[in-house]
Amino acid sequence: MTSSPAWLIKGVRPYGEDAVDLLLRDGIIAELGAGLDVAGAEVLDAGGLIAMPGLVDLHTHLREPGREDAETVETGSRAAALGGYTAVHAMANTDPVADTAGVVEQVWRLGREAGLVDVAPVGAVTVGLAGTRLAELGAMADSPARVRVFSDDGVCVADAALMRRALEYVKAFDGVIAQHAEEPRLTQGAQMHEGVLSARLGLAGWPSVAEEAIIARDVLLAAHVGSRLHVCHLSTGGSVDILARAKADGVRVTCEVTPHHLLLTDECVTGYDPLFKVNPPLRTAEDVEALRAGLADGTIDAIATDHAPHAMEDKECEWAMARPGMLGLEQALSVAVQAMVLTGALDWRGLADRMSVRPARIGQLDGHGQPLEIGSPANLVLIDPDVRAVVDAADLASRARNTPYALRELPARVVATFLRGRPTVLDGKAQL
Amino acid sequence: MRRHLLSAADLDLGDATLILDTAEQIDTALAGREVKKLPTLRGRTVVNLFFEDSTRTRISFELAAKRLSADVINFAAKGSSVSKGESLKDTALTLEAMGADAIVCRHSASGAPHRLAEWVQGSVINAGDGTHEHPTQALLDAYTIRRRLGRLDAVRVTIVGDVLHSRVARSNVVLLDTLGAQVTLVAPPTLLPVGVESWPAEVSYDLDAVLPKADVVMMLRVQQERMNASYFPSVREYSRRYGLDARRMATLPDEAIVMHPGPMNRGMEIAAEVADSVRSTIVEQVSNGLSVRMAVLYLLLGGAHMPDGAVA
Repeated sequence: MTSSPAWLIKGVRPYGEDAVDLLLRDGIIAELGAGLDVAGAEVLDAGGLIAMPGLVDLHTHLREPGREDAETVETGSRAAALGGYTAVHAMANTDPVADTAGVVEQVWRLGREAGLVDVAPVGAVTVGLAGTRLAELGAMADSPARVRVFSDDGVCVADAALMRRALEYVKAFDGVIAQHAEEPRLTQGAQMHEGVLSARLGLAGWPSVAEEAIIARDVLLAAHVGSRLHVCHLSTGGSVDILARAKADGVRVTCEVTPHHLLLTDECVTGYDPLFKVNPPLRTAEDVEALRAGLADGTIDAIATDHAPHAMEDKECEWAMARPGMLGLEQALSVAVQAMVLTGALDWRGLADRMSVRPARIGQLDGHGQPLEIGSPANLVLIDPDVRAVVDAADLASRARNTPYALRELPARVVATFLRGRPTVLDGKAQL
Repeated sequence: MRRHLLSAADLDLGDATLILDTAEQIDTALAGREVKKLPTLRGRTVVNLFFEDSTRTRISFELAAKRLSADVINFAAKGSSVSKGESLKDTALTLEAMGADAIVCRHSASGAPHRLAEWVQGSVINAGDGTHEHPTQALLDAYTIRRRLGRLDAVRVTIVGDVLHSRVARSNVVLLDTLGAQVTLVAPPTLLPVGVESWPAEVSYDLDAVLPKADVVMMLRVQQERMNASYFPSVREYSRRYGLDARRMATLPDEAIVMHPGPMNRGMEIAAEVADSVRSTIVEQVSNGLSVRMAVLYLLLGGAHMPDGAVA
């Protein structure tokens, strides 16, 4: 790290504010000011570009080990860097499941070898995601992977007693349980949001109450035992209301929303194209509005991608047979700009807060989500806010192609990403 | 007409009326003939692609295609490459390569024919997809009503039973609305979908209140397994509250007819004496299905002119 050259970034606008020069040296922001001139530094003319701290994803599926045909730590890391991320949390539902120190260490090591983003493994809450007994959470926390976020994502920890124990147990190492809120009895065979459209399309409904009931239960449990709770991928307006109330009551709860739930609605399902099948499902336009408002007022802490790569054959099939999930890393920033910045709901500083500062804090990644100031780790992303481009699935760095944004025109482009002062992306191209 | 028939919503009033009129012309043209066969689809290939067992619908489409002189291939998923793990897409491409002009698809997954239609050049006809739609059933039901009552406009149709899981109900609600009929759905609240209030239909939980105002009663098949998922407490209770027996039938207006798409659960949703009564159109529905499916195949495949100037 210290051997990499210094970078002088000229004329960049931190958080879209006044233009300055930034000097990245020895892995930190060494100088910040107007008219910097540093001999020997690589110079990047960043006129017109916006700088934010490198993005942090709380919710990424990298598929390795087990489904390397869909994604690997390396291809997913490249997609992340191209999306402006400097750190991602790798979900535990791999094969084998990341429920032991051995697996989380392997994922962590693969991330280091890829070297494009910091990969923070998420540990499973229960053995094999089976929801019956706790995985060795302490061993994962104490491993070199230093796991702090635990989740059975993809499956809900539905057993209330087990959820209570998990919430209590991780207090010993200041961990957090990230819950996939889905009451399983209410979603058996569910295919899409339950409402007017599911009735017409003849697809079994995934009712909003199945999410909201678990969130309500979990915030009460977290309050009861005084633990930290994080709620994954909020998808309904009702969930926002419950979390607003819980936060007002002082419960230590945080939550996230995906880019797709900020932009897409259940109307996308009309053609039965499984590219739009995702769990939790795309909801109504009213839910999208409520989620945007919740993100804007801070009830929702973070945008998290739920990047879920799938092999072609798992999407080119009947809706009911298709696996749920969609790609997110490479388009998350553009979608967030479209949904939040261009609508005036958030400014760039607010976007940095929801995509970097707060997710880093929730995941306890000390080197990330730091303000753009002298002495901060040089983890940052440079964004051209003025370009608009049509998404081409064939251009994605992810090994999978299941983007819901293909042929959609989206704003903003990641021009460069720096990880501890070293460029992982320059001119929109990955550097490894 | 569009290239495919995937949903009753694909048909506007003109399309739907054209299909019913064509079915009638086919019936007229074939009436009294010894050889019930027309040469209109000679040299065309119709594939019956059935991923779900359905002898009735399959043989109806098979006979319809054969009476139009098409070559017919029956491709049942069981015992075929599909049971060896072949994907719907690969099956579609195989049939495409063999030159299928029309694919009649029955599938347990809602929307499967929509996917199929994206991968093939030929016409796709939805012969029932999951809990979504069964448009030719709705067409044959409309045809049956029109033949019996002489009209569809302002006809009061009551559909009774498992609306939630019924593709027959979905297609009928859409098509009957297009054709100007007034639909009332009757079911226990557990067997009505969330969102049903957005459908162009009235909803009632009380069969006895609705029957005196019905010109048509359409009974849906109710699977006994639904009881195990607590959609209703018992077969007997369902039958008492929502079954059509002779006592209830007697409250219908004089001209009213009783329909059922089959196969029936006699003694559950419909009593034997009702199924066999003069009001019942259940057997006619089967023969009308043949005429309507011939009309659909003919119109979608743009067959040559009907003989005897039957179709303009």
